Amino acid sequence: MEYTNLSYVLASVLFILGIKKLSHPKTARDGNFIAAFGMLIAIVATLVSYGKIDFQMIAVGMIIGAIIGATFAIKVEMTQMPQMVAIFNGFGGGASALVAAAEFLKTGEITTFTLGTIIVSIFVGTLTFTGSFIAFGKLQGFISGQPVVFPGQQMMNALFALCLLAIGFYMVQNPAEMDFFYGVVAISAILGITLTIPIGGADMPVVISLLNSYSGIAAAATGFVLMNNGLIISGALVGASGIILTNIMCKGMNRSLANVIFGAVGLEQESSGEGTSKQVNIKSYSTEEAAMIFEAAEKVIVVPGYGLAVAQAQHAVREVAEFLESKDKQVLYAIHPVAGRMPGHMNVLLAEANIPYEQLKDLDEINPEFEDCDVALVLGANDVVNPAARHDTSSPIYGMPILDVDKSRTVIINKRTMNTGFAGIQNELFGFDNSIMVFGDAKEMLQQLLKDLKDL
Amino acid sequence: MDINILTVFILAIFVGFEIITKVPPTLHTPLMSGSNAISGIAIVGAIISTKIGGGVGSYLGLIAVIFATINVVGGFMVTDRMLKMFKRS
Repeated sequence: MEYTNLSYVLASVLFILGIKKLSHPKTARDGNFIAAFGMLIAIVATLVSYGKIDFQMIAVGMIIGAIIGATFAIKVEMTQMPQMVAIFNGFGGGASALVAAAEFLKTGEITTFTLGTIIVSIFVGTLTFTGSFIAFGKLQGFISGQPVVFPGQQMMNALFALCLLAIGFYMVQNPAEMDFFYGVVAISAILGITLTIPIGGADMPVVISLLNSYSGIAAAATGFVLMNNGLIISGALVGASGIILTNIMCKGMNRSLANVIFGAVGLEQESSGEGTSKQVNIKSYSTEEAAMIFEAAEKVIVVPGYGLAVAQAQHAVREVAEFLESKDKQVLYAIHPVAGRMPGHMNVLLAEANIPYEQLKDLDEINPEFEDCDVALVLGANDVVNPAARHDTSSPIYGMPILDVDKSRTVIINKRTMNTGFAGIQNELFGFDNSIMVFGDAKEMLQQLLKDLKDL
Repeated sequence: MDINILTVFILAIFVGFEIITKVPPTLHTPLMSGSNAISGIAIVGAIISTKIGGGVGSYLGLIAVIFATINVVGGFMVTDRMLKMFKRS
């Protein structure tokens, strides 16, 4: 038993070292390997030290799990990474809840403290499980990505939460009564769904970060159930990580967490903002005309958004950028913290296309660069480049930090249609004198642009 | 309740905040999938809960082992796949 606990300490140290090495792309891969090794130690130590476990059952479970996990990991496209992380969060939360439930079902004598932690663990774990599957469904397009809202929704959630508290209280009083246990499971599952459906589209990065945090909290709660330091430390690390990312995402949108969870931005705007939307006069150019602007440019900044991911245009971007660089032009990439559907989504996509990470600049770094930039190329991004966020106090995105693309000499904006972004508002940038629209699918547009550039 | 275990929990949160704030935005997706794999540590609990003769609880343990293994194996593998792609110029 002593050795088991020592090995958990060792595993925790390796997890911490592993995350520490994630602070630089050069060492990050080693860090991941170190963390995986820590996990191996924890698993082997557990298998060796608990005598009465069912090895056959564990082997079967691990083989099935490993095959499913590996298949996901190998097959997933980089553009689908958000839903992949969402579903993994769900399995993590689900596992924690199941362990807590198993503990509840078999222990004879349970202390009130353990019972309390079992309830917390089942609650957070189950909520993570169902919430993650809703998030997965939204991102994969199985269910509408739009926020689902209806009158009395928050009231209903509050009622569910109260019910849960009451049932949890009775469960602690009468641990033998199975109905209370089922009640906790059912309400937690429902809350996971009802808390996730009102959040959609561009708010998804917050949801995924939050679910990530929950999966850690669930593991830590299970650690309290089993009085296991390994689970508690790892769970705390993951919980902290998710909270930090959630915070960064909220700051990137200048919104509070409560506003994201209960605000349901997209729909609200449609009903109230319709009358105020101003008509903008746009200039629409062909790729040939756009190519001529690039020809004259010296410094180009690419601004990728979710549209780039949808169009799978990351490789096409690289080809255009390489051509421009071969003509001695400078190409940089501006990454907004909430671009895409999860933290760091754009960075992974561009990395997949072999674009060196030094060229990817975050908001604070890149904004001064727009002043002397010749062409800002906006690919499928909208709200994050809307200048209204700087000056229009009535705009729902007012105060959100944006990329100052309008300060460039020319802004070339590629979109499929004139549809509004997630916030549901018209972007005044499109009507600016230095703005040019090039309509079309990002990938096709870039491929055509490359052809036109070569023909010049 | 054991105060030591609470101490461990709180200190671990602080350590987490310290090291994770140092991860650059470029690596936020791998951070997520990697930390997610770490939350698969629930596998340790899952293994323990398959104790022989545990009845229904053991079967829950089996499902927990499957879920947690998906999380661990998938999480670390996909993180490695992503990190492999980050290159310098």
